[in-house]
Order: sequence, then structure tokens, then C-alpha cells
Amino acid sequence: MSSVEGAKVLRARGLRVEFGLPGGRVARAVDGVDLDVAPGEIVALAGESGCGKTTLARTLMGLERPSGGTVSFGDVPLRFSSRALKAYRRQVQLVLQDPTGALNPRHTVYEAVAEGLRIHGIGEDEPGRVAEALARAGLRPPERFFLAYPHELSGGQRQRVVIAGALVLEPSILVADEPVASLDASVRGEILSLLLRLKEDAGLGALVITHDLGLAWSIADRIAIMYLGRIVEQGPVERVLTAPRHPYTRALVSVLPDSPVREPIVLAGELPDAAEVPAGCRFRPRCQEVASGRAAAVLDRCEGEDPARLGPESAHLVACHLDAAMPARMAG
Amino acid sequence: MTESTPSEGDPAEGPEDATTANGPATRPSDLATPADGASTEAPSARRPAGRRGRVSSGFGRYVAKHVGGAAVSLLLVLFSSFFIFRLIAGDPIDQLTRERPVSPEERAAMRAELGLDEPMWRQFWDYITGTLTMDLGDSFQYRRPIFDLIVERLPATLLLSGTGMVLAVLLGFWIGARTGWRQGSRFDRGHVATGLVLYSAPTFWLGMIVILVFARYLGLFPVNGMRSPSTPPDFWSQAVDIGHHLVLPVLTYTAVVYAGYLMIMRSSILDELGGDYLTTARAKGLRDDEVRRRHAVPNALLPTVTLVFLALGSVVNGSIITETVFSWPGLGRLFVQSIFYPDRPVLQALFVLFSSSTILAVLCAEILYWFIDPRMRRSG
Repeated sequence: MSSVEGAKVLRARGLRVEFGLPGGRVARAVDGVDLDVAPGEIVALAGESGCGKTTLARTLMGLERPSGGTVSFGDVPLRFSSRALKAYRRQVQLVLQDPTGALNPRHTVYEAVAEGLRIHGIGEDEPGRVAEALARAGLRPPERFFLAYPHELSGGQRQRVVIAGALVLEPSILVADEPVASLDASVRGEILSLLLRLKEDAGLGALVITHDLGLAWSIADRIAIMYLGRIVEQGPVERVLTAPRHPYTRALVSVLPDSPVREPIVLAGELPDAAEVPAGCRFRPRCQEVASGRAAAVLDRCEGEDPARLGPESAHLVACHLDAAMPARMAG
Repeated sequence: MTESTPSEGDPAEGPEDATTANGPATRPSDLATPADGASTEAPSARRPAGRRGRVSSGFGRYVAKHVGGAAVSLLLVLFSSFFIFRLIAGDPIDQLTRERPVSPEERAAMRAELGLDEPMWRQFWDYITGTLTMDLGDSFQYRRPIFDLIVERLPATLLLSGTGMVLAVLLGFWIGARTGWRQGSRFDRGHVATGLVLYSAPTFWLGMIVILVFARYLGLFPVNGMRSPSTPPDFWSQAVDIGHHLVLPVLTYTAVVYAGYLMIMRSSILDELGGDYLTTARAKGLRDDEVRRRHAVPNALLPTVTLVFLALGSVVNGSIITETVFSWPGLGRLFVQSIFYPDRPVLQALFVLFSSSTILAVLCAEILYWFIDPRMRRSG
């Protein structure tokens, strides 16, 4: 399932996105990310607000230009000519967090879903394709929704319309940025099971961005934990969440119910400014292992040496000097 | 749906609702309530029927509400026009006779001739009934029916401010949409700066500069007026001549007002810029300028509809200053002449005309919103 071979894999290699700030400072929103999303798998990308998840998603969509590294789809690097982007966006589609904002309030459901077809010049059987996409997104019977406006639908129905608008182009990969964060708990489950069903039935691949580890647990095959623009731990979701190895992941997992980490760990301080990424290990200023002295043996490395970027392999990988030094302790 | 709505909703609901104007019309049989409640949950099986019923009854009530509001405004304008000009103008006989000595008998005769000897309530009643039946009385200065004066001058005003307004709105919106889309670019800053400089220039000053440069020094256009006496009377010669006279006033008028539309459109676009639906459209593969044209501009136009109708309403007011600077024989110039004379009945009538054209234009905008903004149909 997590095979990296295959023509329709979305790949990020050494991806960096920087924004110039007033005063000549540079914010490193995404700072060296390797990530693969293949059809038929759901990858969760988790982390605090402000860690660069959304920038990463926008960059994967070609909405933001990377300052370094590459995005490629099916081994073809993404180019930013409007023709190349258009072709790319037939294969990779975006679902945003807030369905109310993501739909043009003056377009009917039919227009919203058919827009993708019109953009890409797919003329034949437009009503049939729109109806099929709505049905696949769980809006049945689809014809009843054709002339509805977004304000006439519930939040869950709106998100289904957004998903239908993405599905109508039959993409290989869906990038979903917090797809259920703005929805009621009861609707959340429906949308998640919809994503799972699309994966099982249609072989759709998805990158689901979330700050909710419980959500990642329920739908994802693999998970990547992002901290301050860098992926600090990744691997199969059951491995990462039941045996977290990076101190940051352990802190995130520790506050979940039934956590494998016994004591809740409350991180000190705020997420640092992306314009001032700490030297050495970027997590060191907030690391509970450093604070408690357990990392004393590797402290000079934590302070002076940036842990190596994680590769894109699907194995369980951790960017932590302490973990590298004492794998046995953490794993146990 | 759009076509069936007025024919269905207007006669059935309009008159009935109009009588209870703004009151909370409680009608238990109203289809609107159940359909509204259901629509937030799901567009269920009874959707087509419910929606149709909701549209017609909702539209009747919506129109009645706004027509009622406009009628109240019009009445207020009518009343206040009568009193305002009586308060500020003083005794018209004094002003009409200031050049020559007159005996009390002559004064009384003039008073009777102008209808000023009647009691105030009588004058008021004549004014109200007269205005409502298009009998606006006679002008003091011209001794002719005001209605004729207005009809004579209206085409000139409509020509000047109509042309100027259409140009200003088109130009302002066209540039505004592009500056907003590229906020902070050199294009944006250049156009905003130019527009605001012209916007803040006094019309009479700009008008005089324009006359100096284009009429006096370059000699390209006539200095003032609407037509030359020497032009042959056939249609095409007249049309070309009027067009030739029209250029400078329209240029002045457009230059001064277009920046207002530019700024409104620009900020309206800026409001839309953050919209996720633009990101969605982009992510579906739409090119950037198509995103602007298909999504951002139509939605940004929505809040400007009122503005456009206000502009259409104020076309009747014309531009008082532009008409004065260029000696354009329109309503604005009539207004200025009447102030100096002072010709109270004309001022009164023009005041009502200017205000009511704006009120009616806004009413049209409100009704139009029903059709162009789907969200209105629920809250209306």
C-alpha cells in the first residue's frame, strides 16, 4: 500500500518555503520536507497551528512557490507555467477547512461542481458527471441538490459539495486541509468515512492535514508530525501513535485519552517564530527531555547540530539526537 | 424562477402587504416559515414546492417593505422641501422688488398674483396636491410653468451627467478591480494616487484648467455652451456639434468622480481576496485572471450595486458645478440661477425631483438585489 513506486505519487523533496517579512527577516514556514503521498493511502500531517502545515499544503498544490526543493507528481517535477499547473491540478485536488468560504456563495451546487469540468474542457455528459460526483460524495439523490445555493445547505452538505467538486475531475490525490475542523462532531465522522470509502473504492490518495491526532488515528495509514516547518517523526500511524519516539510527538500523544505515555506532558512556551528557528535541534528550547536533564548526554549535539532531515521512506523515522543515541530506551 | 416571480408575487401579495407596510405581518398560512426551517436541515423532498412558495410570498413582502420605506422617504422630502425653502428664503416680494420702489398696493397685488396671500395650510395643500399631480406651479423669474422649464433642461443634464457617470463607473470599476487584485503593485499605487489627486481637485478649478488648456491654448474644443449658433439645423451637424461641446464637461466630470468608484471596487475586491472560494477555483486549475473575472469581480460587484443606482439617481441632479463652469444649459444651472434670483418654487420642485430620483434609484437597487443575491431570498 505504501509503495513509493508508481506513476501517480505526489512527492515533495527538500521542500522549503520562505516568506520575506518587514525588516528583512525571513520566515521559514516550510523548512526541508520530504513527503510522499501515493494513490490508495491516506497520509496525515499533524502539528500545532502555525507549524507550516497549511503552507505545505498550498505549496504541494502549486499555490505557493517553493524557495527550494521540488514538488513532483508521477516523477515529473511541477512547473509553474499556467498550462503545467492546470494539467497538474486535474490530478491533485484541494479540499479546504471551511466549506462556507470555499464555495462561491452565488454559484449553485451544480455550477460549483461543474466548474472543474468546464475549466478542463470536459464537455461530454456534464450533468451525468456532476451527478456522479455528488453521489460519490454522499449527496443523494444528486439532482435534488443541483439548484441549491450553499447557504441552503448544512455544513456537512457543503463540505460534501466541496469534495464532490474535487472528485468530479477524478483526481489521484486529494490534499485536504483540516477537512472536518469546522464541522459538528456528528458530521465529522460521516466526512471521514467518506474519505476512507473513497480510498478503498476508488484508490484515491489523500494528504489529510489536521491538528487532531485522534482523527489521524481513525483514518490515516501513515502519519507525519510537523514541528516548525520540519517533519520530526513519521511512520505507520499505529506505530507512531502507540510508540511515539520524538519528545514532541510524545507530548502530543500524552494528552490523548488512553495514551501510551503515562504522564501528561505540557510543553513549555509557545511555538517559536518561524523567522527565528532555534539553532541546533529546533525543538530543544521546549523539549521536556532537555528540561529534565535526561538528554544531558547528547545536549551538545541538541544545541549545535540540526537533526538530519527525515527521508521519505514509510518506515518509522525520528529526527531526535536522543532517540538516535538511545533507541532502546525510547522504544521500550 | 426569475421570470415567474414578479408576476406571481406582485399582484397576489404586494397590495395586501403594502397596507400593513412595515408591520410584522403575521400570517399563519405563510409558506415561508416551514420552508425556511427545513432548508437549513436538508433540501428535502418537498423542496421544489416549498422553494417556489417561499420565493413568491417572500418577494411580495420584500418589495412591499422597501416600497413602503421609499414612500415614507418621499413624503418626508415633500414636506421638508416646502418648509426649508420658506425658512431660508425670506419674503419673496422683497427680493422680487429690490431694484425699484413699490407701493403697498402693488405689493399686495403681486402677493395675490403669486398666491402668497393665502393661509399657510392652503399653500401647503396646493403644493402637495400640485406636486403629486405634476403641476409644479410657475417660476418667479421666468413666469412660466416649472414643469416646462424642467422638461426643457432635463435632456442636457442627462446627456452630460449620464455620459460622465457611465464613463466614471466603467472606468472606476475596471481599474478598481485590477488595482485591488494586484494590491501594492506599481499599477495599484499609481492608479490610486492619480485617482485620489483628481478626486480631491475642486471641480471648478479642474474645469477651468481644462478650459484653459484644451479650449484656450490648444483650441481643440469650444469654451462653453452646448451648441454653436452657426451650426446647420440638420440632425447630424447638430449631433456632432453637441458632441464636440460635450467633451470637456464630460472629461472634467468623469475625472473628478471616477476615483470614488475605483476605491469602492478596489476595497470590494480586497474583501473578496481572502475568500477560500478563490483558492478553490485556483486549485481546480483556473488561471489567475480567470479567477478574477469569473469569481472575484462578480462577487465584488454585489456591494456596488447600490452605488451604481445611487449614481444613476444622481444623474438627474447632474453636476451643478460642472454645468455652471461650462455654462451647460441643464438642471444644475437652473438650480444655481434659482438660488441667486431666488426662485423659491423652482428650488422647491428641483429639490423634490433630485431627492426622489435618488430614492427611486435606491429602491430599484434593493429590488434588484433580490434577483442577483441568492442569500437575500432567505433573509428577505
